[in-house]
Amino acid sequence: MLTNLVETDVVIIGAGPCGLFAVFELGLLDLKCHLVDILDRPGGQCTELYPEKPIYDIPAWPEISAQTLVDKLMEQIRPFGPEFHFGEMVTELERTEEGFRLRTDGGTTFRCKVVVIAAGGGSFQPKRPPIPGIEAYEGKSVVYSVRRMEDFRGEDLLIVGGGDSALDWTLNLQPLARSLTLVHRRPEFRASPDSVKKMFALRDAGEIAFEQGQVAAVKGEGGQLEAAILKTPEGEREIPCTRMLPFFGLTMKLGPVAEWGLDLHENLIAVDTEKFQTSEPGIFAIGDINWYPGKLKLILSGFHEAALMAQAAKRIVSPGERIVFQYTTSSSALQKKLGVL
Amino acid sequence: MAKITFITVDGTRYDVTADSASTVMEAAIRNGVPGIEAECGGACACATCHVYVDEAWREATGEPQPMEEDMLDFAYDVRPGSRLSCQIRVTDALDGLVVRVPERQA
Ligand SMILES: Cc1cc2nc3c(=O)[nH]c(=O)nc-3n(C[C@H](O)[C@H](O)[C@H](O)COP(=O)(O)OP(=O)(O)OC[C@H]3O[C@@H](n4cnc5c(N)ncnc54)[C@H](O)[C@@H]3O)c2cc1C
Repeated sequence: MLTNLVETDVVIIGAGPCGLFAVFELGLLDLKCHLVDILDRPGGQCTELYPEKPIYDIPAWPEISAQTLVDKLMEQIRPFGPEFHFGEMVTELERTEEGFRLRTDGGTTFRCKVVVIAAGGGSFQPKRPPIPGIEAYEGKSVVYSVRRMEDFRGEDLLIVGGGDSALDWTLNLQPLARSLTLVHRRPEFRASPDSVKKMFALRDAGEIAFEQGQVAAVKGEGGQLEAAILKTPEGEREIPCTRMLPFFGLTMKLGPVAEWGLDLHENLIAVDTEKFQTSEPGIFAIGDINWYPGKLKLILSGFHEAALMAQAAKRIVSPGERIVFQYTTSSSALQKKLGVL
Repeated sequence: MAKITFITVDGTRYDVTADSASTVMEAAIRNGVPGIEAECGGACACATCHVYVDEAWREATGEPQPMEEDMLDFAYDVRPGSRLSCQIRVTDALDGLVVRVPERQA
């Protein structure tokens, strides 16, 4: 694996609304940030779960859609040149003599002085389909993502779902698989019309099969899948298969964050309310991932936490430097940083 | 105001009253009906408030919208009458509504 080493003041884990706003508050204090997120774009829950929904409790915005909020945050932090590492999950976090070292599953290593965990409800991960007993096959013959296409060569493949992932992998894996069946509950898809057209063309050419139905059960032995039982409008039907790829959307799991030795309170990271620092000095936690008495999982709470956290982070990165309290409306120094002067 | 009956898998009936303009999901959560999880809080962003609308009530509750159909793809054992209860708005016309809670949520 190619490794990539990054040195920076602050690494922010999670590019949800709170991680994004932290860039602003840290930026005003001249701290340079890198952000890591498993998703392929910024916004966390706002973009992934409810981009079109209006939010009514962002101060001074009587109504703003979740996606617009994220777009505005991106615009607001642009002067600080944050660097994003999308599609990567932070898996390791350890203390070093100079600060911290983090590693991602994408092969990036960070060295930094301060870590801000803004991991929200946790990392987005593929959802397990509601098929009884599926756990026994996971990792072996039921997988939720394609790491190496070669792993599917010569297999009898069952792909379940009606979104872009299901359609894309149907098209990509068809040439390798011995047989391929796509299963979806209904004849309509939530995928690009072009992929749907290509899929039906393959079906008409007899290269793949399409079954309308739901997987009700799986059969096999020792983690090796042999068949899936489908419930179709015409009744039950057994489809032989050796590999299954279900695409049932994403869910949030705490993930690696739980393994970093930080004090937790019911799966959330315990912090103080002066600095929003965790049990490990230099590691802060803001937004939905943290807990303190009275915590409310609201975006506006995360924004406030980011501001106070930034003051403490500055003291760690630049010890001894005096921090002057300033308003963005009147400080020429801040306005220069924002690029408006 | 409407009276709504939830029937769980073991046959237990939960009779609750719901305010007009609230949702069937909210009525379930407020009254602690087991088997309705509503993870996303009513945003039509998960499929954990799935119910089966009793046949007699399907016309009154209507058909799922496309976004709801998309989420129903993730639900367990979807049947005719499957709805996400967060997308059924309570009106006086739904007084007496009967819905069944599925064996499991996604
Ligand atoms: C349907 C719905 C409606 C809501 N409505 C409102 C509302 O009206 N008002 C309001 O204030 N709030 C609302 N919220 C809550 C609000 O969205 C959250 O409070 C907010 O998103 C929290 O932001 P965050 O930055 O802390 O975390 P998140 O938005 O959860 O983002 C965290 C990010 O961290 C990433 N991540 C986690 N672990 C790792 C790791 N190890 N490596 C890499 N990346 C990682 C995740 O992939 C994710 O993108 C709503 C939430 C939902 C689901």
